[in-house]
Amino acid sequence: MNVGYIIRRIGVFLIIIWLAATINFLMPRLAPVNPIREVLLQALRFGGSGKADMEAVVKNYEAKFGLDQPMWRQYLRYMGDIVRFDFGISISNFPTKVIDIILRALPWTIGLLLVSTLIAFGLGTLLGALMAWPKTPNVVNILMAPLMTLSAIPFYLLGLILVYLLAFTLKWFPLSGGYQMGTIPSLDLTFLKDVLYHSVLPALSIVLATLGSWAIGMRGMMISGLGEDYITFAEAKGIKSRDIFFKYGLRNALLPQMTALALSLGYIVSGAVLVEIVFGYPGVGTVLYRAIQTFDYFLIYGLVIMLILAIGLATLIMDLIYPLLDPRITYQGR
Amino acid sequence: MSNPVLQVKDLRVYYHTARGPAKAVDGVSFELEPNTRLGLVGESGSGKSTMALALMRMIKTPGRIEGGQMILGGIDLATLSSEAMRQVRLSQISMIPQGAMNSLNPVVRVRKQMIDAIYAHNVKMTAKEIDRRIAEVIEWVDLEPGVANMFPHELSGGMKQRVCIAISILLKPKVIIADEPTSALDVVVQRQVMETIGRVQAELGASVILIGHDMGLMVQFVNRMIVMYAGKIAEMGNIRELFTQPLHPYSQLLISSLPRLDSKGELQGIPGIAPSLLNPPSGCVFHTRCPHVMDICSKQAPSLIAMDGGQMVSCHLYGEPLLW
Amino acid sequence: MRFLKTLAGLRHHPLLTIGLVIILMLILFGPVASRFVNVKGAKVGSSLPEQTPSAEFPLGTDTYGREILPVMVVGTPLTLRIGLIAGTIGLGLGIILGFMAGYFGGWVDTLIKGAADVLLTVPGLLFLVVIATTLKGAVSVNMMALVVASLAWMWPTRTIRAQVLTLRERQFVMVARLNGMSGFEIIVRELIPNLLPYLAASFVSAVGSAILASIGLEALGLGPQNEPTLGMTIYWALYSTSVLRGLWWWWAPPIAVIILTFIGLFLISIGLDQIANPKLRRAT
Repeated sequence: MNVGYIIRRIGVFLIIIWLAATINFLMPRLAPVNPIREVLLQALRFGGSGKADMEAVVKNYEAKFGLDQPMWRQYLRYMGDIVRFDFGISISNFPTKVIDIILRALPWTIGLLLVSTLIAFGLGTLLGALMAWPKTPNVVNILMAPLMTLSAIPFYLLGLILVYLLAFTLKWFPLSGGYQMGTIPSLDLTFLKDVLYHSVLPALSIVLATLGSWAIGMRGMMISGLGEDYITFAEAKGIKSRDIFFKYGLRNALLPQMTALALSLGYIVSGAVLVEIVFGYPGVGTVLYRAIQTFDYFLIYGLVIMLILAIGLATLIMDLIYPLLDPRITYQGR
Repeated sequence: MSNPVLQVKDLRVYYHTARGPAKAVDGVSFELEPNTRLGLVGESGSGKSTMALALMRMIKTPGRIEGGQMILGGIDLATLSSEAMRQVRLSQISMIPQGAMNSLNPVVRVRKQMIDAIYAHNVKMTAKEIDRRIAEVIEWVDLEPGVANMFPHELSGGMKQRVCIAISILLKPKVIIADEPTSALDVVVQRQVMETIGRVQAELGASVILIGHDMGLMVQFVNRMIVMYAGKIAEMGNIRELFTQPLHPYSQLLISSLPRLDSKGELQGIPGIAPSLLNPPSGCVFHTRCPHVMDICSKQAPSLIAMDGGQMVSCHLYGEPLLW
Repeated sequence: MRFLKTLAGLRHHPLLTIGLVIILMLILFGPVASRFVNVKGAKVGSSLPEQTPSAEFPLGTDTYGREILPVMVVGTPLTLRIGLIAGTIGLGLGIILGFMAGYFGGWVDTLIKGAADVLLTVPGLLFLVVIATTLKGAVSVNMMALVVASLAWMWPTRTIRAQVLTLRERQFVMVARLNGMSGFEIIVRELIPNLLPYLAASFVSAVGSAILASIGLEALGLGPQNEPTLGMTIYWALYSTSVLRGLWWWWAPPIAVIILTFIGLFLISIGLDQIANPKLRRAT
């Protein structure tokens, strides 16, 4: 594989992270009033049992971001911390470190996202391809309309509807949470089953909402793909219909479809975050929600960087897999 | 006479449009002897490409084979089930595509595409035999053995076309249809490809139907020629005679429009435009553009008759059919 | 005359027509309904809290004593406005940047395309969260629109750039150049008419994603606190755990309106797609 290509992709990845971190750094300082200071001072004012702790946080803050220090010094310190994943201490969950809170919530989110996206992408792509194939029975085409409708709805709103219908009214599924409240997370089967039970609705919202757009996209690409000369020649070669569908049609239309997947990761993550809030699912979404409520800037910024990191990583992996699927890329680089 | 490998009898292929049927092929009959090179020439819209697709049974809606027979090795291709026809493709009758640039699956290596083609048919060949066959066809088309392991985008246009030729002879078919195989290539490569097709045909003893609109190219390659116009056969015969003594006015115009190195002067085209297949002219389809048009031409369609010497022509100028 | 002809042509594109009708109705809903509904009911504390829908309160009231029907009447235009402003800005930026990138090429192109690509991979919502939390509170409807617009320009830029690149090399541009048309003239006279379907499609998608982003931000609580936009209404509904308490009339209407909006936009974009690319016009 073209080594230059790999290096370039990794380079872009690093630049994105750096940009995100830098913007996070600049934002509060560019605002008319530095909001972080505001929040901290406010916390101090309200005193109470946390006063001493808050003072410690402020001291910590001042030491790190020493506002009397020149900007570039602050910046270097900040970047140094970022590299070590030190996002500071959470204001609302003092004295827990931001990174710890994030790491506790991240696996839930990744689990939910990975499974839902894979199911939605897999099913949607197959459905879309079938819809484009002239020999598919009409019954599949009828699905097109409801799928299109579903894909127009933002996931979390769909989640709300599902919660109301299936959890509240029909009581088929739990209302919220990742697991039964009060139980201690462990790796035994009952807990895992409980987790699964609780993740059905959130996963269903994501799957139903995104399935449609994958299907429609794939259908479009298959339709243009099926007009290509190699399909005609394949038929002239006497290849079986089913083989033409999979090996010549689907296989080639899959490539732009995967590009679409890589590009929409940001969108999917945004939607999933909101889904988690609706379901009170213990992932980064709920963490973010509470962080926003309390204006816990360290937590918010840390979360944003981590998520950008995760998405960047996923995109990077996909970009590296792509040449394996499409032999034309390796030789032309990107 | 000798045993023809392909007999087409009164073939009709119509495209059903919202404004009625477009008669792309309207009552075409001919016979193809083994070990022959037949040229099928005509302008766009003459029905020649439709002929090719019809023979492969690859006409798609709204087109349909309305009637007639295509008898290959004793079996009428027009009546075969789609599965049976699938088996016939490549093994009995194969096609070399027009646009080789994009006729090969871009993500699969050449070798794999050939193996796929072989496995798609009920052929009893061991893996070793398949490998040998692949190496054989690659060599026959004058390509390096390494080509088999390459991806299509690594090959030039001419090489891709030759790969397509190689694929088309994998199962030693009796008939090979070449639908304008060189139109996308430059003259030098054109020559190479035509030579390859010719060589392959001779070695296999197969018959080639070469479809195109380039008369000059045809003349250098084929033994027999069919001139088509608006879905019907205008003239058919031995290439030598047809070229030196074209009988049908259309053939005459076609041949005289070829630029010659030895004479100067204006290029001669054929006046008028190709007729609408939805609403063809009455009587003889060519009468609206014919320089020798007579009264009867607009009223009655001429039938294909044999002249002594073997040429067949469909024109009122040659009224009395001579009986053999 | 041409306008009427265009209207007549709509008959052939049922999906597009339905979409346009839906959006039109939504746009008119606010101003028209406000004549019949007492909008003061949308203010906090104007009525008894948590009333189920009845004759007096057609859509019930929420925990804060707001009547839902007036909330919808006031809120719908607000949300649509955000979408339209952000969408227009996004499209405007997209046109300018897309043209510059496609037409001038070189480093201008690399810069713009690079920026757009990078920003596309970032989860937009999170980015907006960062911006919005920094601005903290004091966010008006128009500010929301601006915030959301900051991320609405990428797709339009990309699409327009791609189209400009294709068109630039087409024959009629070369002919125009040979005829002595200046660069600007070429852009206005030749390129824009060919780009219209893509511009329209980009606009629709920009508006759609703007509304989506604004609702997302608002649902998190980062929107204009005092305005009953659709997203904020959902936020308050979630905040007061209305789902668990069965106050469906609180969150169902805004969701219904949002879904309707998106379906409308979606149909329009499919319709535009079919116009631009007839191959997709298969019977569904």
